[in-house]
Amino acid sequence: MKITHHPDAASLMSCSAGSMPEAFAAVMASHISMCPSCRRDLATMEHIGTALFEKLVPVSVSRPAPVAAMRALEADVDEQDARLAVIAGDVPQPLMAAIGAHLDKVPWKRVGPGVWQHQIALNDPSRGELRLVKVAPGQALPEHGHRGNEMTLILRGSYADASGTYKPGDVADLDEDVEHQPIADPVEGCICLIAVQGRLRFKSAMARLVQPFTGF
Amino acid sequence: MIPTLVTARPEGRGRNGSGLISMADFLQRIAERGDVEAFRKLFQAYAPRVKAYMMRQGADPNTAEELAQETLLTVWRKAGLYSGEKGSATTWIFTIARNLRIDRLRRELSWVELPDGHDEEPSPDALPDELLSQQQRKLRVQTALATLPPDQLEVVSLSYIEGLSHSEIAERLGLPLGTVKSRMRLAYHKVRESVEDLK
Repeated sequence: MKITHHPDAASLMSCSAGSMPEAFAAVMASHISMCPSCRRDLATMEHIGTALFEKLVPVSVSRPAPVAAMRALEADVDEQDARLAVIAGDVPQPLMAAIGAHLDKVPWKRVGPGVWQHQIALNDPSRGELRLVKVAPGQALPEHGHRGNEMTLILRGSYADASGTYKPGDVADLDEDVEHQPIADPVEGCICLIAVQGRLRFKSAMARLVQPFTGF
Repeated sequence: MIPTLVTARPEGRGRNGSGLISMADFLQRIAERGDVEAFRKLFQAYAPRVKAYMMRQGADPNTAEELAQETLLTVWRKAGLYSGEKGSATTWIFTIARNLRIDRLRRELSWVELPDGHDEEPSPDALPDELLSQQQRKLRVQTALATLPPDQLEVVSLSYIEGLSHSEIAERLGLPLGTVKSRMRLAYHKVRESVEDLK
């Protein structure tokens, strides 16, 4: 997999800080699981967190080490094996708990001509929404802008917009106020994972008509 | 808390000339034989700092103390997953605290995994003496952070220590979102430059 579009370093940092709204953290974690280069950046960024953590002024604790609770716990020796178990599928590992291992088995819901989606439930939707979107070959997603950030990870096929072609593993990490009109690959179409902060705004009259139904 | 030599030197690996035992070794002892004394040492060294971290993230002192206890319990439980080659003990424990904070204080899933050696693809240009470079990398990052302009260090600290998202930082400082992001990027570029030759 040749990844050419990476997330903004600022996004990667927020992710390493654990400060990203959950929808975005999910997209980032999925990309990171596919991208050795971002994993290396993330490792460097974790040193930043560690250095700042070490500089905190300690606050004395009033209770001793929880030895009794500790003894009640069995060390999780099996856990590593469980995590290394490889499930053959086309869903990035961090997403599997939410949607399973196969994109074809996602319970897609048709939301318009050639567009399907599956919303992934999050604890606090006010901080952002997370959804899988499937677009038929050659189909254009309606031109849209957004009030907040938007982050898209391609999982299958590809899409192209004014900024280039995005293939599996690529991330479009877009600022607020960006407007774009991605078109899905003419043969394979496109499946992507999208995090948005604030609802998308479609531009055309047609899209405004469709918007109430699609939930975009 | 009585300051100990151990807390003064939390990061080194192996025994050094003065006979000190490093935090990484305590973790190994816990992993290998459930060494309770090693755990007490780790607790003394890290619980007060984890408590401070949780308080900066908005927890009241009581909750912060509970979360510190829970962080160290997780360390005990998952010590077998710690891989010394992949990072320092402090980084590992900090990551556990970070994920617990997302889970408990924000009630969200922490999607990014622990750095636990799960990454099977080694860096294509990894050096054989990667262990040494880990330690150097850490020192270089500390130095780079110490020389950041205050406005860059401020956004980085708000992100890592106060747990604020970019939008929240923008709001707190009355800055455009783009400015927050560009300060973060500039800070990272400086840090990355400082470790580039170690990769």
